[in-house]
Amino acid sequence: MRPPRPRPRTPAALAAATPGPAHTFEFDGRVIPALPGQSIAAALWAQGILAWRTTRVGGRPRGAFCGIGACYDCLATVNGHPNQRTCLLPAEPGDSVTTQEGHGRAELAV
Amino acid sequence: MLSSPSESRGAEGGTGYDLAVIGAGPAGLAAVVAAADRGLRCVLLDAGSGLGGQYYRHPDPALRAARPDRLHHHWSTFTALAARLAEHQKVGQVDVLVRHHVFLLEPEAATGHPWRLHTTATAKSGAATTVRLDARAVLLATGAYERQLPFPGWTLPGVVTAGGAQAMLKAGLVLPGRRVVVAGSGPLLLAVAASLTAAGATVPALLEAAGYLGYARRPGALAAVPGKLVEGVTHGAALTRHAVRPRTGHAVVAVHGTDRVRAVTVARLDRDWRPLPGTERRIACDALAVGHGLVPQLELATELGAATRTVPDGTLALRVDARQRTTVPGLWAAGETCGVGGAELALAEGELAASAIAGQAPPAALLARRRRLRAFAELMASVHRPGPGWTEWLSPDTEVCRCEEVPAARIAEAVQELGAGDARTVKLLTRAGMGWCQGRMCGPAVACLAGADGAAPDRRPFSCPVRLGDLAELPPS
Ligand code: FES
Repeated sequence: MRPPRPRPRTPAALAAATPGPAHTFEFDGRVIPALPGQSIAAALWAQGILAWRTTRVGGRPRGAFCGIGACYDCLATVNGHPNQRTCLLPAEPGDSVTTQEGHGRAELAV
Repeated sequence: MLSSPSESRGAEGGTGYDLAVIGAGPAGLAAVVAAADRGLRCVLLDAGSGLGGQYYRHPDPALRAARPDRLHHHWSTFTALAARLAEHQKVGQVDVLVRHHVFLLEPEAATGHPWRLHTTATAKSGAATTVRLDARAVLLATGAYERQLPFPGWTLPGVVTAGGAQAMLKAGLVLPGRRVVVAGSGPLLLAVAASLTAAGATVPALLEAAGYLGYARRPGALAAVPGKLVEGVTHGAALTRHAVRPRTGHAVVAVHGTDRVRAVTVARLDRDWRPLPGTERRIACDALAVGHGLVPQLELATELGAATRTVPDGTLALRVDARQRTTVPGLWAAGETCGVGGAELALAEGELAASAIAGQAPPAALLARRRRLRAFAELMASVHRPGPGWTEWLSPDTEVCRCEEVPAARIAEAVQELGAGDARTVKLLTRAGMGWCQGRMCGPAVACLAGADGAAPDRRPFSCPVRLGDLAELPPS
C-alpha cells in the first residue's frame, strides 16, 4: 500500500488554520484577497508583493521590513491617509491601498 | 476591554490605577496577573492588537488557527496567563487597552498619582485617538526590537528582519518568499529558521556570524538552565529534518537584485567578523531574514533620566535593583528592558516586580530563578556581541539609515572630515537616525561607525511619532 501523501507544508497547515472565505481590498487598482484577520502587509506578502512604497530621495521600492511597527518601511496610503503602517493595520473589505510615493505628504497627514 | 477615550477609567481626574503595565508580552502579562492577584487595580497597555507581545505573537482569532502552539514553545504558559487575566478583567480588577502606544510618561504628582500616561492609537486614523491615564506605579515591559547591521543591498524588498519574518508568519500565516536565507547572530535565528521550514519555506543557508564555542567556555551558566539546552536541541532537530545546518562564522555581505532579492553573497568571517577574501559564495534565494540580536526598548525610561547599564552584547538596558526598581521613583522594569534574556526570565521578572509593587518580600525561589537565567543571558550576550570587523562589508554607497537614505560614505565624511565622534553629532550632520523610525534601525550601526565607546541612551520627548492633531488635543500642562 502506498503511504499517505504528506500534507503540503504551508503556514496555514502548520497552524491548522481554517479561516473563513477571503475578502478583497484594492491595491493600486488590483484586487487583492485577504484572509479575515490578516494585516494589509500580510495579505500583500501572500500575493508575492513585497514593495508598496517608494523612497523620498532615491525613489527606491520598499515594503515590510520589521513586521512589528518599528521601522516604518511598510508605509502606504490607506483610504486616503498617507503614512499608515500596513504591518499593523488589519485589511478590511473594500480598503483602498495605494503605493506611497516619496514623503506621502500630498494630503497632509496631520 | 477599553476601546475609546470616553470609556477610559482612571483618566481625567478619575480614581486612577494602582499600576499601569506597559507591554503585554511575557513580562507584562506575568506582572499584571500577579499584581491583580495581590489586589492592585491595574491597566495593561500594548501597541499591538492582541496580548502576548512578540514572543507569544499568534494568529488573529479570525484566522481560526487550531494549533497556534505549533509556532511556540510553552504555549500553555501563555494561555494560562491569558485565562487568569480574563478573570481579572471580568471583575474589573484589570483594564486592557490594546492598539495604544504610550508615547509619553509624565510625572504628575499634582493629581496624587505620580504618573500620567499619554497614549496614541495604532489603529486606522480616525477622530480622537489619544487616551490619558493616571497610575501610582508604572511597570515598563516594552521588550526589544532587533539590532540591524547594514550591508550592500539590505534595503531591497525581500530583505526582512529575522524577527519580522517570524512575526508575519505567527500573526498573518505568510512567508516573505519560498527560498529564504536566514542570517545574522543570536539564538533567534535558529527559531526563525525552524519555523520558516516548518511552514514550507526552503532555507538554503542559516548563517551565524559568531561561533558557538563561547557557550562551552562557561559550562556552569549553561548547565544551570537545562530548559535552554532543550530549546536549542528542539530547534536543532527540526532543522536537521529539513537538512538545514547552521554555519557559524559566516555572514551575508551583499544582496543582489534590482527591485527585489534574487541572491545573496555569503562570506566566511574571521574572529572579528571581517570577511575573508576569497571565501565568497553566491546563493540564489527570493528572501533574506536577517538580524544581529535584540535591542531593549527603553525610550520612555531614558527620557525620564533612568540609569542604564551596558550589556555584554553592547546594547543598553535599564539598571534595576533586586526588586526590579529603576532609578526613577515609581518606575519599574521587567523582561527585555532590563537586558535581553528570553521569555522565561521575563516571566520571573514580571512576577518579582508585581510582588514588590504590592509591598511584599520577593519569593526566594523566584529570585534564584532570575539569577540563573540572567547569568545565562549575559553569557549569550557576550557570545553574540558583533565583532568590530563587520564595517568592512559596507561599500561607500551602502545605505546605513533606511529612512533618510544616508550612505556609509556620508557618515564616514562626517566622522573623518567633520570630526563627529558620536551618533548624535553624526545625526545632526547627516540626518542618519532622524527619520520615521527615529534611529531604531540604524542607531547601533551609526554609533559604531562614529567610533563611540558604548552606546549612549537615546533621549527623545516622545517614544513614537505622534500626529500633530493628537498633540493639539492635549491639555496644557
Ligand atoms: S514593517 Fe516595520 S513598521 Fe511595518
